[in-house]
Amino acid sequence: MTLKESDIIYVDQRPLKYWERLYLPAIIKGLWLTIRHVFRRKRCMQYPEQRREHLKVSQGGLRNTTYRGLHRLNKDSEGRVACVACFMCQTACPAECIHIVGAEAPWPDREKYPVSFWIDELRCIYCGMCEQACPVDAIELTPVYNLTGISRKDMIYDKERLLDVYEKTKEIKPRRNPPIVGYSCDYLQEAVAHRKNIEDKENEIS
Amino acid sequence: MLETIIKTVCVLTVILLMVAYMILIERKIAAWIQDRVGPNRSGPRGILQPFCDGIKLLFKEEYTPDGVDKTLFVLAPALLMGLALASIAVIPFGGQLEIWGKTIHLQIAHVDIGVLYLLALSSLSVYGVVLGGWASNNKYSLLGSLRAAAQILSYEVPLVLSLLSMVMLTGTLRLEKIVDIQIQQGWFILSQPLTFLIFLVCIFAETNRLPFDLPECEQELVAGYHTEYASMKFGCFFLGEYAHIIVSSSLAVVLFFGGWHLPGLTSESPTIGAALLRVIIFLIKVWAFIFFYMWVRWTLPRFRFDKVMKLAWQSLVPLALLLLISNTLVVYFTGGQAHPSYWGQLIGNIIVFVILLVIVGLTPDRTGEGNMPITFYQTERNTSNLD
Repeated sequence: MTLKESDIIYVDQRPLKYWERLYLPAIIKGLWLTIRHVFRRKRCMQYPEQRREHLKVSQGGLRNTTYRGLHRLNKDSEGRVACVACFMCQTACPAECIHIVGAEAPWPDREKYPVSFWIDELRCIYCGMCEQACPVDAIELTPVYNLTGISRKDMIYDKERLLDVYEKTKEIKPRRNPPIVGYSCDYLQEAVAHRKNIEDKENEIS
Repeated sequence: MLETIIKTVCVLTVILLMVAYMILIERKIAAWIQDRVGPNRSGPRGILQPFCDGIKLLFKEEYTPDGVDKTLFVLAPALLMGLALASIAVIPFGGQLEIWGKTIHLQIAHVDIGVLYLLALSSLSVYGVVLGGWASNNKYSLLGSLRAAAQILSYEVPLVLSLLSMVMLTGTLRLEKIVDIQIQQGWFILSQPLTFLIFLVCIFAETNRLPFDLPECEQELVAGYHTEYASMKFGCFFLGEYAHIIVSSSLAVVLFFGGWHLPGLTSESPTIGAALLRVIIFLIKVWAFIFFYMWVRWTLPRFRFDKVMKLAWQSLVPLALLLLISNTLVVYFTGGQAHPSYWGQLIGNIIVFVILLVIVGLTPDRTGEGNMPITFYQTERNTSNLD
């Protein structure tokens, strides 16, 4: 975006009024403001005891649909990995943390599938570009933010672990996009039905 | 001799504990002003936090960067801390106490030159800062210490001028005598509000506290003169700085708030109970002042450096000189040095304040000079889809 001259407002500092030049009234006003804050209700959350996952967004909760936390690999309706090993996410990744080894798929409805798929969660910058790049919405970022590990190796998530993350998070973040069901003609209907199902679930949750 | 040692040990213990808890309270007040809770994990309500911080500082790596002047690098924090702690020696904190027929002055060094001693040490403490910045071999540290030198020396002038008023009105350099005079005729805060204001601004600048913390402002100079310091050397700087705050708070309490005096509660009897009460009253007053320090810190933004200098030389020095003249006239015309009129002092202060208001009204506004015009960028921002 380039800035146009019409976007810029030049403001000259207005001259100070008589009382403002003494500084003291303003200082007393400021002190009065801060002392009132001392007695106000505190807006803190005691983190490990209190959490915000189950709060509404308007009350400071997480927005499960858009929060960019740990990755997951989605499964389709038959429980197979949804990824088609197209390497789009790996290409899009600015941190180069996604590593895929593709192979010919054993199933007739797609050409390739990932033999191995691992993400180095320490390298990842959680930008969500992989999610945007994925043509089949197989890779997604979940609201899981408290991932830890005791070694660098521990923080490498392979295919099994990523699929496991899907199993654990599909309740709080249902898969939005339809599973791949080949190129059959009922694809569209199924997709519409699936999306409706998901939206109903989301409405229930919120 | 033994008496002095016992007094020193007691006072230093109290001061070090106070410093430890000042850091906690500073963080708590910062949190409260910003609608937060503050440290509350170590011990109930976080009261063990100072000890955790202390242990952390002690066990951190003692790192000395390459290219520093090793002697000065070690000397600077020691100097700053030592001077700050040494200046506590002349603060009277509770009058006289009589045990086993022996009169004990509750003041480590019972000397004739209290005010002079304090001034000498407070201007020496700039050496700690300057040496620290110079020895660090780092341009930001050096800039910070240069600023510190300029600032502390500039504010020393109005500070001395305001102290001079007090010394002239009381006719003594002994701090405990100044308290005695206030017990007789009333606190100086009521008769000398303007002198107190100058004194207040100057001690804020002397202790490098916001709004005058330019020697260590984070945004411009990383951390100023103590950028390169770590571990307990940094701890010494910190300790010295906070001890300096305690000293200047005590000085303000002694000079303007009647020291350990509270009408209707304290007496001058030398029994242990009365003396203890006086010490407690004194400490409460000092803590109230320390709270004010922190309250101001989290309220006011930092000055720009040229405005700091402008405030000192163009506002505070002339104002302090005017006050000095008014106080001289009061001493000369009412009762001499022994009993200058209490109300006369107040009237003098009010007249000076009126003169100040007139001068401010007559001079053109030059506060905006040297400022860049403010530019706003107007961009479209869609905020409708937030929740």
